[in-house]
Amino acid sequence: MKQFRIIINKFVRQTMLGIAVLSLLLLVVIGLTLLVKALPVIKEHSLWALLTDSSWKPFKGDFGFLPFVLSTLHVSIIAIIIALPVSLLTAIYLNTFASKTIRHFFEPAIDLLSGIPPVIYGVWGTLTIVPFIADTLAPHFVDYSSGYSVLAGGITLSVMIIPLLISVLIELFRSVPDEIIHASLSLGATKWQTVKKVILRKSFPGIIAAVVLAVSRAFGETIAVLMVCGNMAIIPKSIFDACYPLPALIANNYGEMLSMPNYESALMLGALLLFMIIVFFNGISRLTLYHIEKRFQM
Amino acid sequence: MEQTGQPHNVSIENLDVFIEANHILKNINLTIPEKSITCIIGPSGCGKSTLLRTLNRMHDETPEVRISGKVTVDGQNIYAPRVDVINVRKKMGLLAQRPCPLPMSVFDNVAYGLRIHGMRNRKDINQRVVQYLQYVGLWDEIQGRVKSSAARLSVGQQQRLCLARGLAIEPEYILGDEATSSLDPISTKKIEELFLKLKEKYTIILVTHTLRQARRIADYLIFMYMGEIVEAAPAEQFFNNPRCQLTVDYLSGSFS
Repeated sequence: MKQFRIIINKFVRQTMLGIAVLSLLLLVVIGLTLLVKALPVIKEHSLWALLTDSSWKPFKGDFGFLPFVLSTLHVSIIAIIIALPVSLLTAIYLNTFASKTIRHFFEPAIDLLSGIPPVIYGVWGTLTIVPFIADTLAPHFVDYSSGYSVLAGGITLSVMIIPLLISVLIELFRSVPDEIIHASLSLGATKWQTVKKVILRKSFPGIIAAVVLAVSRAFGETIAVLMVCGNMAIIPKSIFDACYPLPALIANNYGEMLSMPNYESALMLGALLLFMIIVFFNGISRLTLYHIEKRFQM
Repeated sequence: MEQTGQPHNVSIENLDVFIEANHILKNINLTIPEKSITCIIGPSGCGKSTLLRTLNRMHDETPEVRISGKVTVDGQNIYAPRVDVINVRKKMGLLAQRPCPLPMSVFDNVAYGLRIHGMRNRKDINQRVVQYLQYVGLWDEIQGRVKSSAARLSVGQQQRLCLARGLAIEPEYILGDEATSSLDPISTKKIEELFLKLKEKYTIILVTHTLRQARRIADYLIFMYMGEIVEAAPAEQFFNNPRCQLTVDYLSGSFS
């Protein structure tokens, strides 16, 4: 009987290990599939040429990915630049200053916001952000903008990641032990001083992690961005120019590749690039986080 | 009112504290003798920590708490409208139950209070930090490690660091909320010795969880039970000649 228990235990352990490895393998399999599919176009043009070329003419066999990679980065960076301060201040307010009533009203509302389907954000962006940029904002800076632009993409994306960021940050701030906060307050610090010097400091590595999460989400967001970015394969010269992020490229064209040689392969390379950007970005931030945590000794 | 007949700067009148519907402190009247150690004792849940926290208005941070009555410190009712909470807390140094260093270096921990109260001159800050690290006996122990994280200190050292941090802003009162309950006997002894040294300059009010500690260091005792003060008296009288039967029972260990 005793023997049997131990066998079961061993069996369960091995099975779960297998399943865990399997889910990790999925990552490798996806990466490999994309790589295999992308190989024909890489063989023909060399990866370096594909990455640095800015001309995208599938019917001529030109596959320059630079505009798409840059668009993805631009849009995501603008999104996080807008979203981070807004989310930080909201989360700080809700966690530290707001009364219980306000909190109980806001927090479910924020969760609700993160549940809204991206396509609705896309429609909203098209109806409000795009005309606002075209008619009101852009004329101050450039001669002409259709409104479908890097900025529109960035703003729409920021609105989408703000709820995510806020809930992660609130969770993060809540995990700062009350004792430390009270230690600061009992020394006569104001709440704002405590926020600045204790809460933010203590949660700094977590804030970085939250930003990584949000940016990763921004990299991959497809439909809403696709609706407001203009989707032109050019390198945007200003934030009022149209752009064409990688996910939009894939979503718009996959399935309509006709019989152009290497087109499918090129799109798969686009997917691979997106995949690699996210893996690379996560890797780098893991590393940064590790060093920060080591320095902060928490 | 429980009078000890000693000069005092802290007096509590008709203090009632509610947490939501629970009546935690019931009609507390008390004076705290200055420049001596007053220990608040009583079984857990009797309200001793709550009483201590009314003295530096830490209940402000918990919206469920309702307070009525008067707490007079240096002639000022700290619960009067328009009283600056920051000043009250600056005056009342609190040493918490578990040491909680702030997430920064040893040096910055002690300098924290100085900086938030507007001290900018590096030399002054430096001098004050060294002075109080020496005072609590940490300076020699950690020599050269003031720039490393406070979390690396032992628990006993952390508690002395917290004491140094509190003292650095030069409070007038020291509140201790079971400040030694998480410490080993040697660290406890060091903290107790510091309290004995500190009482020459400060009025010290300690909530303590052990009668033995109260016997070792208290000049005055306040015995609480179920949110009320049962007996308040000088230590000698309290231990040798208690007035209330409840006190006698508590001292003999009939309940705790």
